[in-house]
Formats: sequence, C-alpha cells, structure tokens
Amino acid sequence: MRERVLALYEKWFLGRVAEIGIPRLLITAFVLTLLGVAYFYGMNLSFLLSDSLVRVGRNGILVLALLPAVQGGLGLNFGLPVGVAAGLVGLLIPMEFDLGGWKCFVVATVLAALFGWLAGLAYGWLLNRVKGQEMMVGTYVGFSVVSGTCIFWLLAPFHNRKLIWPIGGQGLRTTLPCTSGMSRFLDDAWRVKFGDFSIPTGLLLYFLVLCGLVALFFRTRAGLAIRAAGENPLYAKACGISEDRSRLLAAALSTMLAAVGIVAFSSSYGFVQLYLAPLMVAFPAVAALLIGGGSVNRASVSHVLIGTLLFQTLLTIALPVANKVVSGDISEVARVVVANGMILYALTRGSR
Amino acid sequence: MNAPAEHRNFDWMALARKQAVPITFVALCLTLCVMSGQGPAFLAGEVATRLARNSFTTLSLIVPVLAGLGLNFGIVLGAMAAQMAIITVVHWNMAGLSGFLAAALLVVPIAIAFGWLVGLLFNRAKGREMVTGLIAGFFANGLYQLLFLFLVGTLIPFHNPALLLPEGYGLRNTVNLAPVNYALDDILSVTWKSGQGMAWTVGSADKTQPATGAVPSTGPESAGAGSPVKIPISTFLLITGLCLGIGWLMATKLGQDMRAVGQDMHIAEVAGIPVDRTRLIAVVVSTVLAAWGHLVYLQNMGTLNTYSSHEQIGMFGVASLLVGGASVSRATVWQALLGTLLFHTLFVTSPLAGKTLMGDPQIGEYFRVFVAYGVIALALALHAWKGGHQK
Repeated sequence: MRERVLALYEKWFLGRVAEIGIPRLLITAFVLTLLGVAYFYGMNLSFLLSDSLVRVGRNGILVLALLPAVQGGLGLNFGLPVGVAAGLVGLLIPMEFDLGGWKCFVVATVLAALFGWLAGLAYGWLLNRVKGQEMMVGTYVGFSVVSGTCIFWLLAPFHNRKLIWPIGGQGLRTTLPCTSGMSRFLDDAWRVKFGDFSIPTGLLLYFLVLCGLVALFFRTRAGLAIRAAGENPLYAKACGISEDRSRLLAAALSTMLAAVGIVAFSSSYGFVQLYLAPLMVAFPAVAALLIGGGSVNRASVSHVLIGTLLFQTLLTIALPVANKVVSGDISEVARVVVANGMILYALTRGSR
Repeated sequence: MNAPAEHRNFDWMALARKQAVPITFVALCLTLCVMSGQGPAFLAGEVATRLARNSFTTLSLIVPVLAGLGLNFGIVLGAMAAQMAIITVVHWNMAGLSGFLAAALLVVPIAIAFGWLVGLLFNRAKGREMVTGLIAGFFANGLYQLLFLFLVGTLIPFHNPALLLPEGYGLRNTVNLAPVNYALDDILSVTWKSGQGMAWTVGSADKTQPATGAVPSTGPESAGAGSPVKIPISTFLLITGLCLGIGWLMATKLGQDMRAVGQDMHIAEVAGIPVDRTRLIAVVVSTVLAAWGHLVYLQNMGTLNTYSSHEQIGMFGVASLLVGGASVSRATVWQALLGTLLFHTLFVTSPLAGKTLMGDPQIGEYFRVFVAYGVIALALALHAWKGGHQK
C-alpha cells in the first residue's frame, strides 16, 4: 500500500511539479499568500483585482510580442525597445494633428505596425548576423535605440503646442497626456461593473484577439516554418525552409507587436512616456513570459496569458499589501528581485 | 572603401582598419574638445582626475575577456562589495589611509564570495555569460536595496543616526565619505596652477584637504579655467602596479590556462585544464579588482550615492574598454587605459559641446548616453558577426 502511495506520489505530484516548474509554483503561492494577507487586512479585494485586470490588458501585448522571437529561435527578445520606439513615433504623428478618440488610436496602431515592421526587418537583419548572441546584442541595441531616440525627441519637427515644451518651440515633453477620448478609450469600451469590481472588457478583448491572431498565425504555413526553424534549423533546412528568412519574419513580427503594444499601453495609461522611460521595458515583459512557464527556446500563448496574469497581479497587490505590512516601498524591490531572479533562472537552465 | 594603397603606405592602412574604433573616437574627442570652448588646462585636469578615478575599474575587466567569458557585466557586484566595505569603515569611524586600507582588506572576502557566486552562474550559462552578468547585476541590485533599505537597522543591528534615514532603518541616499576622501590620492600628488607652477604634496591628506578638497569633484561648469589641477601620482602608481600585475598574472601557469580556456574550452578540457575552475578564478579575480577599483573611485568622489553609485559602473567600464579598441575576446592594458581616457574625455566635453553647438546641454547629455550604449552594441554586434561561424 505504502509503495503504491509513494509511486503515485512520484508519478503524479513530482511529475506535475516538474512540468509546471518550481518557480512558477512559488510565485503562484506568493500571489495567493498576498491575496490572503490583503483579505486579512480587510483591503478592498475587488478593487485590487480590477486594477490588476487593467494592468494585464495594458502590458499583455508587450509580453505577447516576445513570443514570435522565442518561437523563431531568437531567444528572449530584449530588443523590445526597438519596437517601442517605432510605436511611439507612430503614436505621436496623429497626436501632432490633434486627432482624438478611436480615430487617433486606429491611425496610431496602423502607423506603429508599419514602422514596427520596418524597424523589425532591420533588427532581424542584424540578428541574423549575430547568431548565438542575439540576447546580448538585442539588449544593447535596445538601449542605444532608446538613447538615440532621446536626441530625436529633442530635435524632431513636432510643432503642436500640446506636445512640445512651452519655451523654445522645440523638443517634445517627457510625459504627454493622450488626446481626449483616446485616453482609456479601450478600457471604457463595454466596461462591465459589479460594485467595485469592474472589467475593462474592450482592453482585455483587444489583447485576447491579438493573442488569438498570433496563435492562428503559428498554424499557418509561415508560422509553422518559423517554429520549425527555431526548434531545429537543420531539420528546417532539410524541409526547404530558409532559416534566415524565418528568423527575419520572427524578429519583424515581434518588433511590430511591441510597437502595437506600446500604443495600447499608452492609450490605457493615458500618458505617452518619452525619453528614457522605455529603457527597461523588455525586462518585466520577459519576466512575465518566464513566470508563465516559457523558457529561452520554448513559449506559447498560454504562457503569455498565465505569466501576464500572475506577474501583473503580483505587482498590483504587492504595493498596497507591502504598505500595510511594512512601511516603505518594498514592492519595488520585490519586483526587481522577482523579475531578474526569474530571468537568471531561465538563462542558467535553458539548454542550447 | 579606399583603393589599394601603395606598398609603402600599406602599414598605415592596415593600422587604420584594425584600430578603426579608437581612431574614430580620438577624432570625435578632439572635435568635441575644440567645440566645448574650454581651455586645455581645464580639460587636462578634468580628464586626469577621471582617469585616476576610473582606470582601475576598467582594468578589472581584462582577465575575464582573456579567459573567454566576454565582458564581465558582473563587476557591478564588486562595486556593491566595495560600498558595503566603505560603509562599514565609515561606521567604525576609521579615517584617512588606515580607513581606506581597512576597507580594501574588508572588501576582499565579500568580493571573493560574490565573484564565486557569479562564476558559478556563468559556468551554468556558458555561451551567454554577458547577458547573465547583466541580469545578475540587476538582480543583485534588488537584493542590495533590500539589504540597505529595509534590513539595516531592523534585522541587522546597526544604529548610527548619521548614516540611517530618519525613520531609524534604511541607509541614507548619500553617505559622506569625507574621512576617507583622497586617502589614496593624497599620499603623493602634484598640484599645478597656471602661473604658479607645480607644487608637490606628500602624505598630508589632512592639511591639504580644505584647500584642494572641492576641486576635482565639482562639475565642469563651476570649475573655472584658473583653478588648480591636482594629479594624484600615488593613484597612478597603483594603476601602473595593477597593469604590471595583470601582465604578470597572464604569464603564470594560471594565466596561460585562462588563455587556453579562452581560446577553446573543449581543447583546454582535453589538455587537462580544469575549465570550470579556471573560469571561476577569472571571475573572482575580476570581481575583487573591480571592488578595489570602486574603492579608488569612491575615495576620490568623497560621497557615496548609496543606491546608485554602483549601477553604472559595469556599463561605463565596458564602454571604456571597447572604445579603446578591445573586443569581446581581446583586450590589453593599453586598450583599457586609452579607452578610459577617450570615454571620459567624451564624457566631460559632450555636454559642453552640446551647449555651444545647439544651445542645449541636454542634447550632449543624451549624446553621451547614446555613445556609451551604442559603442557596446556596435562592438558586440561586430564581434558576434565575425565569430558567428564558430558558435
């Protein structure tokens, strides 16, 4: 009897643990503990949870943007700022012309996708030349693009008085409010409310639709080619798939999604943050994907969904709970430790 | 691009192609120096100060490069160890050279422990040491903040109102390092003032401190062209010693093993070299040197930004080394020194040049951040581009 229990334990419990991964279990437990503590302190849980839903929708697309790169064998795309910078340019153009509401959002998304695609092609071309070092090169290409665009923001020919510094007549401000009607436009679409608990239906729907599109894409011919090239370049070659072409497509897609993602983020946040604000944008996104169960060379849409939900819930709840339990902003420290610890874990165990 | 040169000129062309990065940066620096509109005395003084302040840290990156680990972004942990040591020394009310030496001794076990941990990480992440080191720095920074913002004064019994935040726990944002300020620099230094000639100062940190204390750490704007320039000979002697030491280390059996591992891990393994152990030692050496380098930096600065002094150390060190013409797999002492000189010249002049050129120092400010990141990105991309077939 005892042996059978042990065998069952090994087969079911340990098997499951190995499958889900210890870090993901730990973080799930941590989130549940935080929820418990929040409940114990009599905090408004429905308020906290609706807040975390907003943040899931806000950040989700940036996490989703990592997926094509991992699938295509490019590793974790720390070069996300390339797409973010392209997306910000796309977003500022309709704002310069004072477009408002959904028009601004649609024009911005289309322009962002276009610029992101072009930037992604260039980025992918570079990554094809630095095989094996994509993550490191991507990190620093991202950093340089952000600092390079800082100079661009100062010199770019934007003339709308709402966007530039009041004195001097040149240079964009560091934080710009979104045009009226565009700010929170997706959040408020079809919002469902139960007392304090409110669901930003439009925002979540937008995120889920994009997830669905990406999942569908990976069932098409081109998507399957990317996956094949990422998993086994030699096998892909034998099947007549060009590895370089697939990687180019993966990088362009990833960068384009990042560009589209920052438009959704800024619209939901209500502000466009320029200059050095996007510098570290890739790291929380990467952490979310890894927490969801992704790894350096394997990830799926479900990892994106689970990871974003877990990580954003953790971030949303940690701050108010930490403020109740200890004074001082320990949640920021927790965020840094959890996010980078997760990335370190993935880097040191992913097989090459 | 150029047509094939004559035979006599061939050497120059080859040199230009090989040393393209430092030559470009020499040209850029000279242009910026002219555009900054400052006198040569002011620029020389600023750059000499920064060279003394930063060379040691840049030099600490050489050993892992030669051992095949690439650019060790994990030196941030060495800088953290240095800050822990110097905070402790200030807490113990030690001052002057003895305080500095105590910190230098105290930092060794901490840095060895950190270096060991980073080395273990690197051995588990072969082929992506650099990105692992970068993330390890961010991760350690989180733990560092946890330690100094929340644990000091609560779990760790540490009660010093001069160092703690008003709440009674957590370290202040800035720690005054006046007791060990110039402890190393003032053992032997030369002060040069236009019109007055040179004045040598030997071992009189306390006496000279009020007179020269404010000079090197003031910003470029506030220091006029006529202010005296202090050159810390003793610090430069120490840096020379380190250069010789690195040369000596690489000539020993251990150094040769490191080079062999750096060339090809598999061949080194077959040849009987304990690869993992050699890599580990290289990282430990680098971390300890970086910790000492950061102490040199801090004693010159005179203040410690508890939560930010260490953050940029890795990036500036790596960028300096690369500007000097080093690559991910090749670095020399001269490249480190030249790179530090060029990078910090750029650092001093670009805001000033941006001001005269565009009327906006902010552009120069962003430009130098762009150069720091851009040069790393470029060097990494060029290296991976060339070595792409080996991986």
